[in-house]
Amino acid sequence: MTELTTSVKVRNKIRHKDEMTINILACIVVGLVAFISLVPFYVIIVSSFRSEASIIAKGHSLIPQDLSTTAYEYIFRTPKTIIRAYANTILVTLVGTFLAVMMATMTGYVLQRPDFDWRNKIAFFFFFTTLFNGGLVPTYMIMTQIFKFKNSYHALILPMAFSVWNMIISKTFMRSISYELTEAAKIDGANDIRIFFTIIFPLARPLVATIGLFTALGYWNDWYQCMLYESKEEMYNLQFFLNEIINGIQGLKAIASMGGTVDISLDALPSETMKMAMTVVAIGPIIFLYPFVQKFFVKGLTIGSVKG
Amino acid sequence: MAKKTEVPAGPIQRKGFRRFVYKAVHYKWLLLMLLPSLVYIILFAYLPLTGLVLAFKKFNYRDGVYLSPWNGLNNFKFLIISKKLWPLTRNTLLYNVAFIVTGLICQVGLAILINEIRIKTYKKVTQSMIMLPYFISWVVVSAMFTAFFGYEQGIFSNLIRSLGGTPSNLTQEKKTWPFILVFMHIWKGLGYGTVVYLAAITGIDQEIYEAAEVDGANVWQRIRFITIPSLRPTMMTMFLLALGNVFRGDFGMFYQLVGSNAKILEIADVLDLFIYRILISNNDIGMSSAAGLYQSVLCFVTIVTVNKVIKLANPDYALF
Repeated sequence: MTELTTSVKVRNKIRHKDEMTINILACIVVGLVAFISLVPFYVIIVSSFRSEASIIAKGHSLIPQDLSTTAYEYIFRTPKTIIRAYANTILVTLVGTFLAVMMATMTGYVLQRPDFDWRNKIAFFFFFTTLFNGGLVPTYMIMTQIFKFKNSYHALILPMAFSVWNMIISKTFMRSISYELTEAAKIDGANDIRIFFTIIFPLARPLVATIGLFTALGYWNDWYQCMLYESKEEMYNLQFFLNEIINGIQGLKAIASMGGTVDISLDALPSETMKMAMTVVAIGPIIFLYPFVQKFFVKGLTIGSVKG
Repeated sequence: MAKKTEVPAGPIQRKGFRRFVYKAVHYKWLLLMLLPSLVYIILFAYLPLTGLVLAFKKFNYRDGVYLSPWNGLNNFKFLIISKKLWPLTRNTLLYNVAFIVTGLICQVGLAILINEIRIKTYKKVTQSMIMLPYFISWVVVSAMFTAFFGYEQGIFSNLIRSLGGTPSNLTQEKKTWPFILVFMHIWKGLGYGTVVYLAAITGIDQEIYEAAEVDGANVWQRIRFITIPSLRPTMMTMFLLALGNVFRGDFGMFYQLVGSNAKILEIADVLDLFIYRILISNNDIGMSSAAGLYQSVLCFVTIVTVNKVIKLANPDYALF
C-alpha cells in the first residue's frame, strides 16, 4: 500500500518539459469541455429567475438581467401537482434503487464464486437478454395485458429494477474481494447468505455507491416508463410532468387550475420562464449527490467480462 | 481463480438428474440469493420474448396476446409495402455508428487528458462538471436545447442578430441535424464514458510507466504505447456492448429532440421512433411488433457475428 502511494506521488511531480506541455494542454481542453458541460445549467438557472417580458424581448442570455421570481411563485402558488410528482419520483427512486442494489450485488457475488459450477451458464442466461430482447411492443403488451401494470407504481419501478450491466460491474467488483474471506467464514460454519451480508456486503461499499447512484439517477430521470404506462395525472413523475409542461400548455393549465380559483388567463402565464423554473426543479437534488460518491467511482466502475 | 468444487467423491459419480439435484441442494443458499434476479429476468425479459408472437398475429384485445388469430407474414408484408423500412434502418445504423465512433474517441481522449492533469483539485472539479449532463433526463436537455438553439429566444439566434445577421431557424434546418444529434449525444455521454476509462487507466500498473520513463520514453510515447494498449480490453467491451444495440436508436434523445418535427423526421427518423408512433398513434400492434422483431433480429445477428469474428482474432476480447 505504501509503495503504491509513493509511486503515485512520483507520477504527480512534473519532471520533464513534455509533461508540462501535456499538463497545460490537458488543463485547457478539459477546462473547455467542463465549461461546455456547465453552461446550459447556468443559462437555465439564470433564465428561470428572469422576467417573462425580458426573455420574450431579449431572449435567453448568459448575462443575468431583469431578475424576478415570478416563475417560481407561479409554480409553487398551487404546489399540489408538483409535490405529488416529486413524491412519486422520490418513492419510486428509493424503492427501485433498493431493489436494484440488492439484486445486482447478490447476483454479482454468486456468479463470480469460483466454487459455483453453474456460474457461467447462469451468467449467460442473464446476458442473453441483452443480445436478444422483445423490444417495446411485446414488453408493453405483456406489462399491460398480462401483468395489468397500467396506472400502477409497479410499472414505474419494476421494468428498471435489474440491469445486466450492473450485474457485470458487480461481478467484476466482487471478484476483487478475496475468495479466502468466504472460505474462512465457511469453515467457521456460516452459510452463504450470512457470509454475503456480514462480510461481503460491507466490503462492497464502492460498488453499492456506484450502482446505487446510477440506478437512482435512472429512476429520477425516468419519463419513458411513465409516458408508456401512466395516464392519470396523480401517477405522473417529475420528469414526465416537466415533459408535459415543455411540450404543451396542458401542464401549465394543470398548475394554473389546481387551486380551483386561479384568476389568471393562460396568456398571462409566464410560460417561458415557468418552463425554465420547472426544469430547475426537475433537475433536483440528485445532481448534488455526485461529489459525495465520486471517490468510490473508480473502484466501483471497473468493467470485466461476462464469463469467468 | 479456477478452484474446482469440492464435491465429495461419492455423489460426483452420480449422473444426470440425480447429480443435478445433489448439486442444487449443495448450492441451496447461493441459488436462494439468485432467486430474485432469476425470477425477475424470467418475468421481465424472457416472458416478453413470448410476446414476439404478436408479430405474426392479428391482435385484438378480446383474445389477448396469445390467443389472437394468426396473421401469417401479413404484418411484415405491410411493413415492407410502407417502404419505410430501408430509410429507417439506414438512419438508425448510421446515427449509431457515428455515436459509437465519436463517443469512443472523445471519451478515451478525454480520460487520457484528465489523467495527465497534475493539479488535483482542478482534476476533481472539472470531472464533476463534465459528469453533470449525464445526470439529467432528455426532457431537461430538450429545455436547454431550446434555450440555446431556439429560433426566437435562443442564445445563438440572438448572438447572430446582435452581430447584424439573420439567424436561420435551426429547428427546421435539415442539413445541420445529424451534427446536432451527434454533438448532443457526445455532450451527454462524455462524463460517464470518461469515468469508465479513467477507472481502467487507474488499474494500469504504475511500474510500467516508471520503467518506460527510465528507458527514456516521453509522455506521448507512454500514452501511445502503454495507456492506449492497456485500454484496449475496456474499449472492446464498451464497443461490443454498444454494437449489440446498433439498430436500436436512443429513443429518449430522438423523441425529445426530434419528436414529431415533420421536417427533421425526414432525416432523423429512427426505428424506435417509428415503432413507438405506430404503437401509440396508429395502435397497429401487429405491424409495430413486426418492426420490433426485425430490429431485434438485426441486432442479434450483428453482435453474434462480430463477436465470432473477434473470437477468431483474439479470444480474450470476445464478449461471450
